[in-house]
Amino acid sequence: MTALALSALDDNRQVAVLKNISLCYGKTQALDDLSLNIPAGIMVGIIGPDGVGKSSLFSLISGAHAIQQGTIEVLGGDMRKTKHRQKVCPRIAYMPQGLGKNLYHTLSVFENVDFFGRLFGLNRFEREQRITDLLEATGLTAFADRPAGKLSGGMKQKLGLCCALIHDPELLILDEPTTGVDPLSRRQFWSLIKRIRSDNPAMSVLVATAYMEEAADFDWLVAMNQGRVLTTGTPQQILEQTGTSSLESAFIALLPEALRNRHQPVVIPQRRESSHDEFAIEADNLTRRFGHFTAVDQVSFRIPRGEIFGFLGSNGCGKTTTMKMLTGLLAASEGHARLFGKTIDPHDLSIRQRVGYMTQSFSLYGELTVKQNLDLHARLFKLPSHSIAARIDEMAKRFELEAVLDSLPDALPLGQRQRLSLAVAMIHGPEMLILDEPTSGVDPIARDVFWQIMVDLARQDGVTIFISTHFMNEAERCDRISLMHAGRVLVTDTPENLKKARNAASLEDAFVDYLQEEVRRQENLQITDESAKNSIKTNNKNDTPSASLTGFSLRRLYSYSRRETLELVRDPIRLTMAMLGTLLLMFVVGYGISLDVEDLKFAVLDADQSATSRDYTLNLSGSRYFIEQPVLYSHAEIEQRMQSGELSLAIEIPYGFGRDLARGRPVEIGAWIDGSMPTRGENIRGYVQGMHSHWLTMKSREILGSSVTAQPATIEARFRYNPDVKSLVAMVPAMIPLLLMLILSMLTALSVVREKELGSIVNLYVTPVSRLEFLLGKQLPYIVLGMLNFVLLVLFAVFIFQVPLTGSFLTLTFAALLYVVCATSLGLLISAFTRSQIAALFGTALLTLIPAVQFSGMIDPVSSMQGLGRWIGEVYPATHFLTISRGVFSKGLSYSDLHSAFIALFIAVPVLMLVGVMLLKKQER
Amino acid sequence: MAISNILHLGIKELRSLLRDPVLMIFIVYAFSLSIYAVATAMIDSLNNAPIAIVDDDRSPLSMRIVDAFYPPYFLPPVLIEQHEIDARMDMGIDTFALHIPANFQRDLLAGHQPVIQLNIDATRMGQAFTGNNYVQSIVSGEIDAFVQRHRQESVTPVDLVLRAKFNSELNSQWFGAVMEVINNITMLSIILTGAAIIREREHGTLEHLLVMPVTPFEIMASKVWAMALVVITATALSLWLVVQTWLAVPIQGSVWLFLLGTLFHLFATTSLGIFLGTVARSMPQFGLLLVMILLPLQVLSGASTPRESMPDIIQYIMLLAPDTHFVMLAQSILYRGAGFTEVWAQFLVLILLGSVLFGLSLSRFRKTIASMA
Repeated sequence: MTALALSALDDNRQVAVLKNISLCYGKTQALDDLSLNIPAGIMVGIIGPDGVGKSSLFSLISGAHAIQQGTIEVLGGDMRKTKHRQKVCPRIAYMPQGLGKNLYHTLSVFENVDFFGRLFGLNRFEREQRITDLLEATGLTAFADRPAGKLSGGMKQKLGLCCALIHDPELLILDEPTTGVDPLSRRQFWSLIKRIRSDNPAMSVLVATAYMEEAADFDWLVAMNQGRVLTTGTPQQILEQTGTSSLESAFIALLPEALRNRHQPVVIPQRRESSHDEFAIEADNLTRRFGHFTAVDQVSFRIPRGEIFGFLGSNGCGKTTTMKMLTGLLAASEGHARLFGKTIDPHDLSIRQRVGYMTQSFSLYGELTVKQNLDLHARLFKLPSHSIAARIDEMAKRFELEAVLDSLPDALPLGQRQRLSLAVAMIHGPEMLILDEPTSGVDPIARDVFWQIMVDLARQDGVTIFISTHFMNEAERCDRISLMHAGRVLVTDTPENLKKARNAASLEDAFVDYLQEEVRRQENLQITDESAKNSIKTNNKNDTPSASLTGFSLRRLYSYSRRETLELVRDPIRLTMAMLGTLLLMFVVGYGISLDVEDLKFAVLDADQSATSRDYTLNLSGSRYFIEQPVLYSHAEIEQRMQSGELSLAIEIPYGFGRDLARGRPVEIGAWIDGSMPTRGENIRGYVQGMHSHWLTMKSREILGSSVTAQPATIEARFRYNPDVKSLVAMVPAMIPLLLMLILSMLTALSVVREKELGSIVNLYVTPVSRLEFLLGKQLPYIVLGMLNFVLLVLFAVFIFQVPLTGSFLTLTFAALLYVVCATSLGLLISAFTRSQIAALFGTALLTLIPAVQFSGMIDPVSSMQGLGRWIGEVYPATHFLTISRGVFSKGLSYSDLHSAFIALFIAVPVLMLVGVMLLKKQER
Repeated sequence: MAISNILHLGIKELRSLLRDPVLMIFIVYAFSLSIYAVATAMIDSLNNAPIAIVDDDRSPLSMRIVDAFYPPYFLPPVLIEQHEIDARMDMGIDTFALHIPANFQRDLLAGHQPVIQLNIDATRMGQAFTGNNYVQSIVSGEIDAFVQRHRQESVTPVDLVLRAKFNSELNSQWFGAVMEVINNITMLSIILTGAAIIREREHGTLEHLLVMPVTPFEIMASKVWAMALVVITATALSLWLVVQTWLAVPIQGSVWLFLLGTLFHLFATTSLGIFLGTVARSMPQFGLLLVMILLPLQVLSGASTPRESMPDIIQYIMLLAPDTHFVMLAQSILYRGAGFTEVWAQFLVLILLGSVLFGLSLSRFRKTIASMA
């Protein structure tokens, strides 16, 4: 411990003071009446088994999660108070658990750091300087343009650190920052932290870690169990207190009796070598290329049955790719691999039955409980159904999952989730286990339990185990290990031989030695420790960030806009669909919807068969509205042919029609209309009546002479705004509101809920960005997109569909702007309260498609509707933009004629936005 | 192929759905309130049409004409001055404006054949057509009746007896309710399956499934049956509780036959959903694809405007959409009381389309998986 740190401890200054904190997730008690004073200016480590509440503690201190019970003071203020949170969150940096969870995968390394820089109000100059420093110090300079999603785990963690350090925080909170990071990167990571601290001694660092070797270097430790603090003190004090020599054993000694008793040192019996053993895994010059990049380069190894084979290597060296090729998930570009002597065939299901595989990232169903997950996999692997319950119990006991059987995996800490993944991989008792970093994030006791299980499986049941790990003490338990780097296997041997070959005291030293040699050999990559000599300059405290950190900030808003734009631009398929999709839809629907009812099929039951009756039929079939079908012979046929939908109209002319008419006797013609589609029915009724009276007039003139039946008065119908009564003229202006609403709300509806589902929403919780800045920032690019779309649609309407724009284009554009804001706000609103992307999709389809098509007056005016539909139509923004659009297109109107519709849009904008902001939570609850 | 895998993977899908309360609320809303709102918004095809009348005559006849317009077809007419016509129609207040000129009654009786002017807002296509017929026949009816009192009887020798079959009142509510159920069936089934595929991909669980003894066919079939079950349950409940009980719509044919048809339709639409799920690389892309598929399906399937009036090319293209056949089938069974003998052709086409879509999706799904990891 440094003298500086000791003096800080003596100072008795506190960075955080927690009093009687309790926290529950549903029924699970994460923190239980916890009180703790965390000293300022030093490096504090929190250690404890999985699920004891370390992450919960951090999310409370950082302000990401709302406080349920108790009080927390951070940096001298109450974290319950929104005002204080706003004030201090620029001074806190929080890096959540999980590899790169708060990063944006489509953005490059530079853009990610830049995004956070803007959020914290740094101006361009400050940002550039600091990003250069940080990337240099973390060795990421060479990768500045690489998308974050394509980085290896270790690099993601370093990037996460850069993002956390961009604003020079006073309190740095790191939740298991080195979990899943290889030993070399881990060393680099800690030396980086050390340098940052030496540059800025006032900074307090709070770390949770599963590596006890790391914890030994911290200034002050907090040991936790079951939501409570067991003890606190310097590592030295804790060792003295427990009378142990290593932190690992001290940690075990600190645990309560019951837990402690469960722990037994791993015993590894000698492996019985038998030369005639067949090989379980054989790889022969296995190679895999992605484009120009060779991920795995001629890897060969042979693993006999029953061996525990360790696979070590730096992050991104190709371990996972190799494993995927072994499981048949990926096809090899060159070379081949055999399992149990059989060449891997992705279609061979029987081999999968014999292999258990656990992926690096958690890949079980978050929506199913622990028990349901186990049950599903047991059934998929065809365990006899009567033995499933017993097997689940057995696995739950082995992996200590009994207490959480009915919880959802998402609510569990990383370590417990890993154990669940393992239990799932082993549920069918496979002959081979392929495990990709199975113990990352698992606490020491659970790791030992897990290893004992594996050793038993290997030694007693002859199960072959192929495992990758970053823990050196685990590597030492393997029969043989392979060291991999940059796609190639450097060496394969027993741990003992490797240490001997390098004259190293520990396997870790040997490992780092091998890697450094390889890195030096390649020369193009330099070790960060040596290359980055320049230190990271801290901001001068007087030099306050250029933007104010409280109140509304355009820079933070712009930061989110930029991010959203970049993501949109990086996805050309989505962009194209958003721009051209509307045009295509306008074409198809505008052309397809026709309200002129024509080409109706009718048939006649003509019992008269006279010249007069035929003349009557001709009168109908000669019009453009009706098409005659084969004649009818009976009433039963009328019934049947109308039922099948073949006929929309049936006419019955009675026997003696012509004769009776000539004699002036009253006669009746029967007409049956298919009423199943009422609008069409009404139209048919109108046509038939019209043609009937027309025919009568003609007949009367023939019989009685021309003078008789002159109309006493005429009604002159003027179809205004659309004199030719063309559907296109009516429909095209109505399509613009419909299409803009559908496409824009769909685009924005996923933007927030997606961050929730993928984890980056935490940036909203812990950075100074306000909810309004967040939403507006996300909205802005879509507003621009919407306006471009609008212009395209208008051009299309005028030039392709030839619908004249008779009114003021300026008025229409202004209305479109308001409307586009409404449509995007509606999407964001839906996004703010849904939990899953599926729900957001369905909700958006439901809340835009139906009201916009049915209630906004596209076909029938809102004033003619009633009930709930009328009410929806009155308030729905599409209704009002539709009035404006039709008004400007067909009626030649301008702003002054349409102000009532404008007022409705003016009101809708702030209402939609406000509701969106209110539904969005600034803290997790 | 293992039936048990399909069964258990399907149960997993159902459990996932139950975990999403917001989604469940949306589903319930879609099949209850939403249907109710659409159905009750328009009771008749011409309903509460706004009409204004300029009465420059102020004669007994013109007053008769004014009084002849009343709900439910028309809103009570608003009496305005001639100069107000343009402004009111511009703002979309009135769909119809009738102008009765001065001295109308006098000219009529004198045999001068005066002219009444009817202004119609032709941008409101639906009301414009039907309403024009109504206004014309109401006004000429009043004029005829008025004239007959002053002249000798003139008998129309041929009487036209018009009867609407299947829906004698031409009640739009019946139509709207069932068509909305149909729209929601298609929408929900496509979204659920497509999004389920993408979610598995985004969360890495699909990869996990592939190392188990499970085939792509089983994964796909499980989603098809699980989502179809959800939709068909919602449909049946909605038909019985909302359409038949709440809205009291008389259903002519066999609901069971319709549900059987729905099952075949769902086979096609869930397959389509999976197909879209494999085409889209992410949920946002899927969302847009969805809009581009759902809108034409809803508007052009014949559920909102009659198929006969669409351009031929559109009619032919839409024959490829399962929705078109499902709408025909539904209209035949539910409105016209058709039995299997009348609708077997639609059943056949739906099975055919469903099989093709399922086959296509399966091959695409296999390919996607092969190139995914």
